[in-house]
Formats: sequence, C-alpha cells, structure tokens
Amino acid sequence: MPNTTNILVCGIGGQGVMTATEILSEAAIAEGHDVKKTEVAGMSQRGGVVTSHLRFGPKVLSPQIAPGTADVLLGFEAAEALRWAHYLKPGALALVNDARLVPPIVELGLFKYPDDPIGEMRARGVRTVSFDAASIARDLGDLRLGNTVMLGAIADQLPFSAEVLLDCIVKRFARKGEQVVEANRKAFAAGRAAAAQATAPATA
Amino acid sequence: MAAVMPAPASSRLLMSGNEAVARAVWEAGTKVCAGYPGTPATEMLEQLSTYPDMYTEWSVNEKVSLEVAIGASMMGSRAFSAMKHVGLNVASDALMTVTLTGAEGGLVIAVADDVGMSSSQNEQDSRFWGRFAHVPMLEPADSQEAYDMARYAFELSEEYQVPVILRLTSRICHVKGLVKVGSRVEHKAKGFSKNAERWVMVPGHAKRRIPLMLAREQELKRLSDQTPLNVLEPGSDRRVAFVTSGPAYMHVRESFPDAPVLKLGLSYPWPLEKVAKLAEMADTVVVVEEVEPILETELKAAGFSVHGKDFLPRIGELAPEVLQPAVERLLRKEAAPAPAGTAGVLANAPPLFPRPPTLCASCPHMGIYYTLSQLKNLTISGDIGCYTLGAGHPWNSLDSTICMGASMGVALGMDKGRGEADRNKRILAVIGDSTFMHMGMQGLLDITYNRGNVTVLLLDNGTVGMTGGQNTPANGRDIHGQQAPRVDFPKLIEALGVKPERIKVVDPYELPVLFKTVRDETKIDDVSVIIANRPCVLTEDFKPFRPYMVEEDKCTGCGNCVEVGCPAIHVTRREKAVKPSGKEVDLAFTRIDSIACTGCGLCVQPCAPEAIVHFEPVRPLINIQPA
Repeated sequence: MPNTTNILVCGIGGQGVMTATEILSEAAIAEGHDVKKTEVAGMSQRGGVVTSHLRFGPKVLSPQIAPGTADVLLGFEAAEALRWAHYLKPGALALVNDARLVPPIVELGLFKYPDDPIGEMRARGVRTVSFDAASIARDLGDLRLGNTVMLGAIADQLPFSAEVLLDCIVKRFARKGEQVVEANRKAFAAGRAAAAQATAPATA
Repeated sequence: MAAVMPAPASSRLLMSGNEAVARAVWEAGTKVCAGYPGTPATEMLEQLSTYPDMYTEWSVNEKVSLEVAIGASMMGSRAFSAMKHVGLNVASDALMTVTLTGAEGGLVIAVADDVGMSSSQNEQDSRFWGRFAHVPMLEPADSQEAYDMARYAFELSEEYQVPVILRLTSRICHVKGLVKVGSRVEHKAKGFSKNAERWVMVPGHAKRRIPLMLAREQELKRLSDQTPLNVLEPGSDRRVAFVTSGPAYMHVRESFPDAPVLKLGLSYPWPLEKVAKLAEMADTVVVVEEVEPILETELKAAGFSVHGKDFLPRIGELAPEVLQPAVERLLRKEAAPAPAGTAGVLANAPPLFPRPPTLCASCPHMGIYYTLSQLKNLTISGDIGCYTLGAGHPWNSLDSTICMGASMGVALGMDKGRGEADRNKRILAVIGDSTFMHMGMQGLLDITYNRGNVTVLLLDNGTVGMTGGQNTPANGRDIHGQQAPRVDFPKLIEALGVKPERIKVVDPYELPVLFKTVRDETKIDDVSVIIANRPCVLTEDFKPFRPYMVEEDKCTGCGNCVEVGCPAIHVTRREKAVKPSGKEVDLAFTRIDSIACTGCGLCVQPCAPEAIVHFEPVRPLINIQPA
C-alpha cells in the first residue's frame, strides 16, 4: 500500500524488541495513523530470533513487511541485523546496535558467527549506522536504558517528530518517578546523537 | 497487559487478536472461561483473568476446559473455552457430542492455528472441525474483526443453539491493531432445565438429535449466503477474483487492491450462492486459504472451476510476497514452479548460523540433559514443553516427541515392542509437570498396570514454562495467582501404582546425585519415577544465586562446561593440543557472562581444573542471595 511506513525491528528473545516496537506503535497512533504490529515470538523468550514488524499509515492491510519493502531496520544485535537486512528497500537505512550475542550452537563449534556482520551489511550495499547501545546505557548508569537508546537512534528516521516518540517513552516511565524519566530522556538523546554521529561519515 | 481491562467503552486500543477476543468475551456477559495454555492461544485466558465479574480457570487440559464451558452453557450461562489447534484434537471428543446436545447459554470455542509452526509439533487446519462437527466457524482477519466476531459468536450460538468455533491463527492472535471496544452487558443465566433426551447422549437420544443437528446446518447454510460477514467486494481489476478468509484476506487485498473478493467471515457453512456471483465477475477464480485446500475442494465438488493449491503453497502463510508473484504467474499462464512457501522468499537472506531457542541460564532442565547426555545405552521418549529442547545441541538426548503426554505410552510401547537388537536398552520417558497432569498421568497408569519397564523423569519446575510461566496445580496457585490446592506428586505417583521405593525426588542442580539416581533406577527392571524439583527461572519462585566467572589462568580449555549447554558460557579462544597418547584434541577456553549467570553451579561441577569461581562484583548486584 502506498503511504505505509514499514519498520522492521529485530534482535533476540529477551532484548526488548517487542517492547520497543510497542512504543513505536504508540507514537504512530498518537500521530493519528492506522497501525499493525506483528511478530513471531512463539519460542523467542528462550534466546531465539525475534522480529517485530510495524506498519502504519492511513489504512494498513497485511501486517507483514515483505522482503525489500522496509523503510528502516532497527537491529538490536549485529548478526540479526545482517540476517534481516534484505527486508530493507534499496538504499534504506539500518540502525544497528553492534552487540554480538553468540548462541550456544556457535560456542559448541557447530556454526560460525560472522567476523564482521556490519561490514558484511555494508558490502551488500546496505546503508548501515552502528553504535554500541550497551556502552552508551552503561555510561548513563543503567544497562536497562539500552532499549531507550535504540529508540533514540531511530527517532530521526520517522515520518513524525522525535518528540512524539519521546513523549510515549516518558508516558511509559512516568509511574516510576522523575529520576527514571530523566534517565530515559538522557538515553533517548544519547541514542539520537549516536545515530547522527554515525550517519555523518557514511553520507560524506 | 493489565491496563487493557479498565479501558472505557468506545476507546480505540492497540490490541492483539487475543486481547480483542478477551475483551469481547468479557463484554458479552460471559460467566465461565476455561483454557489450557498453548501458543498462540495463551493470552486469551491470561487477559480474561484480569477482567472482573466472571470465573476464569486454567484447566489441566483442553478437553476438561471445553467440558467446563459445556457445563456452564447447560446452566444457561455464556461460556468460553480457548486452545491452540492441537488442543482441539484433545477436546474434540467433547466437541463431537456437544454438537448434538447443542448449546443453551452461548458456547464459544476459540481455536488458534499455528500457521507457519513457530511453536508447535505440527501444522493443522482447524477449519476442518466446522464441517466435521457441523458447527459454524467464524474467521476474523484482524483484531477489530476478532473483537466483533467474538461478540457476535455468542448471539449466533444462542440463536441456533449451537457451539460456535472462532478460528484464529498466529497472525490474528499476535498481531496488534486498533480496536474500538464497548462495555459489558450482563447476561442472565436461564437456569438448568432437566431434559435427559437433550443432555444425556445415549444412543436412543443421540439418534433423535442427529436430524436436528443436520436441520440446523441447513439453516446455517442459508445464513451463510445472507450474512454480512460473508461480503462480496466487487472490484475493477477483473483479471482474477478471489475467495478467501482470515488473515489471507489482508494478503489478498494488499496484493490485488482492485480485484473482486469474496471475504468469508462465516467460513462454514460455505455461501455457495455468493461464490456463484463472484464467479461471474472474472474468468479466473482463486481460492486463497492457508494450509489445506478445504474450500477449494468443496467449491470444485459444487461444480465451480477454481484455482488454489494447484499453484499456491500448501504450507505456511500466504503473505503478499508469496501470493502476488504466484498469481501473476498463473495469469501469465506460466508453468508454476514447485510451491516453495516462505523458503523461496528467504533465498536472498545471507547464509548465517541458525539461532534456535535455548534453555535459559540456570534452567533446571540443563542438569537433566547434561546427565542424560553422559549416560549410554538409553532410549528416551520425550514430550511437549521447554524440555523438548533437550533434543537439540549439545545434549541430543531425546529420541521421540509426538504430542502432549505421549512420552508415557510411547515409552511403554518401546519397552513392549523391543526386539533382540534393543534387549539391553534402558527406556526412559521425560515429561514436565504440567504435561504430566495434562495427559501423562493416564499413560503412567498404563505403564504400571501393564508392568512396563520404564524410568520416568518428571521435571517439576512448577509452571507451564514454554508458554510464559502460567500457574498449574504443581505450584498451587490459580490463574489469578491465588493459593490453590497443590498436587502432591509422590503421593499421586504412588497412587498410580509406582512402588514407594521406586519414587525418587532429586535436585537437578546436584549432578552427582542425579547421575547416580538415573543410572541406578534404569538398571532396575521396574517402573521408577524420578522427580526433579526446581522452579523455572522465569517464575517468581526462582531466586538467583551468586554468579560465577572463569579464572582465565586456571582454565585448561577442556570444554566440559560448554557441554552443559548454558547460554551464559562463551568460548574466548580455541586451540589444538596433542595428548601424551598422540591424539589431537580441540581445546575451548571459556568465560562466563556474569551478568547473565544466575549461579546454578551446573558448570562448576564438571570443570576439571576448578577454574569456575564466584564472581565478586565491584559493587553488589541486585537480587542476589548469599550462596
């Protein structure tokens, strides 16, 4: 459908992929869009692959993003971003947390984790911005802020202002007090800055 | 999740199909809701338990849950039962007879098909039950329709005195969309009216009910051609017309926005008059249905010339990227390649390691499977749950998995059916607490009664783990988390005929005891049950211990800890070494991710150089008990 924005969020079970997509959905609803959000999450709680599809626009039909049609990819893990990069439209942007989460099946020596997944994405022609969300969150004092860092990173790639998304995050954490809200504001700003900084050399 | 319940009427909420169904069931004034957890159906009952003014329960299996709903319907109350597709197999015995008695209070059965098999042992099409049981079937295409149809289902059920099946798939259950909700309308129970000819299904009574059931089906056929749920959408693109239902409708509309479409909301009985009207709109009619060619077969039998599974995939979802190119090829009259399903779509994906689900750090099942992987000459019959992952790496410990509770009967059959080649095999069955209560108890009774020689490992982690940690009689909490009678497994197992001295309760974190118990019990030619007793790490009953780390200078690269299969253990480097015997061995030096580690200590026990020690954080981490 024309006028539909397709956002693909990927990572592994337990990373907060579904929550992040839920907050993105809330922002799209706040902007008056029709929204559909879907994921395959049956066993993903146990460290499996999880992808969350978010589609919004005047009217959304199929909830699934077809390969080659995503407007932006938000990757919570490097190899997972590579795994799903072919869902992007040609020339579309991938924002990737460069964390490497290596599963037992690789540790057992049965498979290999790619040496440089981000490099492979770029070699495949995917415009890729990468940053270390965990370090950013740790520097802000709490690893759990990683999710908000990720949302900050995508904030300037949406067809609405970053403040709409930030408002949804603030609402979600309002119950937990001003301190938590403030920490999330900082994490959001840090994510935005990280993505902007990483985008700069890529466009040069 | 709990925020949904207080939402006022007329709110537009972002809801999954499961949440939307729950809301509608509550609004319909339903009095009794029962179900057994199963992906993708679980959240319907979870959500319902958060609403006031009605009774909800986790039943021990789907058959019981449907029977509970039937009883409530007999009293004239509205009743609801939810289950996954394979759950309706279990409940079908009740379904096939309640279709004869019919419903009194609205009786709605939601069944959720796992199309694409994200978390199931098979992919089956529940639409067959409509025809098989002669009951109407409603198929929503998104969350709003799931809400609308769930509300309507109760009216339909009462109007025709018929149980109604609400058929969902993963792409309805787990897709969130905007839903306009209403408010609850109380439904008063009429009261039970004693009527043996209706409610007591003995042959003489049942014979008289069958013609009534068939007459009802004829009326429903007429309804199907009249109801606005089966809507004929004319279109300007008359190259091809579609008949479709459920989420496939959205895929059709996405792919062919201007084509004529007959969208079936009441997908059984079939509206043949509307199909005839559609067939006049285009030369080519395509039936787009996920999984089985049910409608296609029926339309062909009724004399319609339609396409369907002759060029569309038989398995998986018919997403636009699958559907659109296939239909375009059909229209160009190109020879269709063998249907590839979604596999074809993934052809552009980079070759990458798979990431199958894993057992969690500190999962008590890891101790079991590490132990089983160290023992020889075992044949192990498995079951359905997180512990089915024991079939995977590094343990490779399960030799079969069929369905809920099957580990018992299959193990007995392995014992009785073994030939000379398997004379010395020790036969084990591995089953979780919830699966044991669901359908395993009967199998164990069969083993004891028929003097089988099987060692049963009952993995009691006090929850339904794979579906997200629902309460069960094993943890003594009901669906609301309130205290409830807790099953006493040793007593139950003794009552099922296992000798008290053959019932062992062990801690799955204590590998030496576990190893010795399994080895000893499998050597005894009798039924033994070993109960392994530790809470699931994803539940409130689990309290983390102090995490561990690997002392780098002490690690010899033996790799024993890697064989435990814990996701918190990582290899830092690999080397090759030559043993004094001249044999070349692979070394794997490791580290423990101390943030992910919750200190079960399973990896400490096989560590040869005692290189795994408690991690002393610079500042204390939260939620840590002293070891």
